[in-house]
Amino acid sequence: MSSTEPQAPESLYTAREPIFPRRVKGTFRNLKWVIMAITLGIYYLTPWIRWDRGPQLPDQAVLVDLANRRFFFFFIEIWPHEFYFIAGLLVMAGLGLFLFTSALGRVWCGYTCPQTVWTDLFILVERWIEGDRNARLRLHRQKKWDARKLRLRVTKWVTWFLIAMATGGAWVFYFTDAPTLLVDLVTFNAHPVAYTTILVLTATTFIFGGFMREQICIYACPWPRIQAAMMDEDTITVAYREWRGEPRGKHRKAEGAELLGDCIDCNACVNVCPMGIDIRDGQQLACITCALCIDACDDVMEKVGKPRGLIDYMALTDEQAERQGAEPRPIIKHILRPRTILYTVLWAAIGVALVVALFLRSDIDMTVAPIRNPTFVTLSDGTIRNTYDVRLRNKHGEDRPFLVSLEGAPGMTLTLEGAEDAVVTVPADSIRLQRVYIMAAPDSAAAGAERTDVTILVEDVSSGEHAEKDTVFNGRTN
Amino acid sequence: MSKDLKEKYGTTGHSWDGIEELNTPMPRWWLWTFYACIFWAVLYTIAFPAWPLITGATPGVLGFSTRGEVAEEIAAVEQANMQINQQLASVELTSIAGDPELNQYAVSAGAAVFKTWCAQCHGSGAAGAVGYPNLLDDDWLWGGDIEAIHTTVTHGIRNDTDPDARYSQMPAFGTDDLLEDAQIDAVVNYVMSLSGEPQDAGLVSEGAEVFAENCASCHMEDGTGDREQGAPNLTDAIWLYGGDYATLKETVEKARFGVMPNWNSRLTEAQIRAVATYVHQLGGGE
Repeated sequence: MSSTEPQAPESLYTAREPIFPRRVKGTFRNLKWVIMAITLGIYYLTPWIRWDRGPQLPDQAVLVDLANRRFFFFFIEIWPHEFYFIAGLLVMAGLGLFLFTSALGRVWCGYTCPQTVWTDLFILVERWIEGDRNARLRLHRQKKWDARKLRLRVTKWVTWFLIAMATGGAWVFYFTDAPTLLVDLVTFNAHPVAYTTILVLTATTFIFGGFMREQICIYACPWPRIQAAMMDEDTITVAYREWRGEPRGKHRKAEGAELLGDCIDCNACVNVCPMGIDIRDGQQLACITCALCIDACDDVMEKVGKPRGLIDYMALTDEQAERQGAEPRPIIKHILRPRTILYTVLWAAIGVALVVALFLRSDIDMTVAPIRNPTFVTLSDGTIRNTYDVRLRNKHGEDRPFLVSLEGAPGMTLTLEGAEDAVVTVPADSIRLQRVYIMAAPDSAAAGAERTDVTILVEDVSSGEHAEKDTVFNGRTN
Repeated sequence: MSKDLKEKYGTTGHSWDGIEELNTPMPRWWLWTFYACIFWAVLYTIAFPAWPLITGATPGVLGFSTRGEVAEEIAAVEQANMQINQQLASVELTSIAGDPELNQYAVSAGAAVFKTWCAQCHGSGAAGAVGYPNLLDDDWLWGGDIEAIHTTVTHGIRNDTDPDARYSQMPAFGTDDLLEDAQIDAVVNYVMSLSGEPQDAGLVSEGAEVFAENCASCHMEDGTGDREQGAPNLTDAIWLYGGDYATLKETVEKARFGVMPNWNSRLTEAQIRAVATYVHQLGGGE
């Protein structure tokens, strides 16, 4: 490390330079429209999909029922003790991000991040109302708030606000029955938490999408920093073919124009950039690789009769090759390499494991907790009794009769607290805490042994499903 | 790195392997956010308890206190439970078990009462200790149905504070010279024979005579005890103080006098019924 005298900047703080991205057409812009439609569609519409699960369970396809501690996803129902499914999904999401980042760079940031999608939507609204880049710039520079500026600004803000409110509103529908909540919301009968959540998310959407925009990515988001560590020389990023474009120059008919590169310095790539950067400076922290500059530049290159791809998706290794006049490697060869294949294999392995676990799990289940205070009780006839807290789980949509039985040593019997026989009813979609007694006759081996292994079995009498749990019986040893 | 940016902002002066860091200015809104946080912090210390003084802290203009909040929460829970507590205190004792909601409430509330007031003697698991009955087994000195348990909890055993307390007293056969030492030996051996414990068979018949004359009036002729008088069953496998020779001899010589407080002076009727319901469902209830 060497050190030079720091140069003092003029000011420690600067105001934000507003960005007015110009409209652009092209392949990647179209792709972004499609992804925006799909992601927003999923977000706004999912809570309204219905899914029949029987009379005693909710009929909302995707529902995070926090009050009853259930998560419903179409045919899947997750209980709190099955949180490993969520953990598995999170691990898969993490590995998926590793995979996409090492292969395609910041493709998440550029196409699917909510901040990008909503900002894109807000910019679209802004353009519809105030016009394209130049019109917006003029409006911005116009100091006087005349009727027209006021009208345009208010229209834009109201539209943004309505979108923001719909965004915050859609969020709460994931947590309770959507049609019921909608009626409650408009009749002012919903829980204050619902209104507070909508208010907060409306505010954040309005501010982040309308005003903060690229500053969230640059100053607030940790993800650009983390991703930088996951990219390597084969990662596909948006890059400028400097060796082809430089020296850049506008005046094609001037003297010495034949020495100029392909870049006509039209600033189209800068004008369309939602992050307000110049991609010709090279790969940089603020670049979310949304590829709009590629579309803009290709358009210009076609008009001036030069080959497309002055700004293009490429990997770092291609740069060196191309500078020496070699052909770039095909994109697919950059993507298929040991690192990405390893991520894919890990990702798929966890996915397969989760699916297998999902289909292997039983709809009835139990846990057994032996009571250790005291370990055993002597009854008046000398019988030794152990007590167990057994939690019987019924995941079905209706009440089920459960038969509890014992597989133990000779002379051992099982009874249930508060039940005449060994059958108890477990209500639909719930857990019944049942105290279970296991007795060993006074002269039996188990009564005098410190430990006897036993198994408690439970059977759903109506369907024949069963489960079992091993536990321990403690006899009298003194 | 763009030369323009480097000229515009300068660098921090650090260079790592030729990589330099631009000295980019912070966004101005960040500065305002920082000022807003300071302003908020000052307001907060005015509104809420904050500044330490000699004997306490500034109370804050909103008058908030965590103690007050807890008191409010407790009051709210009591208010919410008032109706079910009234119901618990007024229904037939024997009908509680048949009402699932009321029973569940009574058991939960009773468990809390038990751990607060009863666990000191009977143990947190209700397994008792020497001299303090195990409440999990099926052996009851004064009766194990819900009404008997309720009476015991309400009035207690052999105390001076409640005239309705259950009362009985075993004579101290040794210290009061009611029996000879040999007679005590004999009756202890007889008592041990009742529950099948190893004993000196030669003394049993003499002991039986002593038992019939001195003990049977309370413990019954067959030794099965009498719940009316709290006289333990001597034929079963359960001993409150111990069933070995030395302990039994001590019991006959010096007698036992287990005391339990009456809880009607400290607990509400609903609490007493709750703890009786809890004890009744521990595994030995009749």
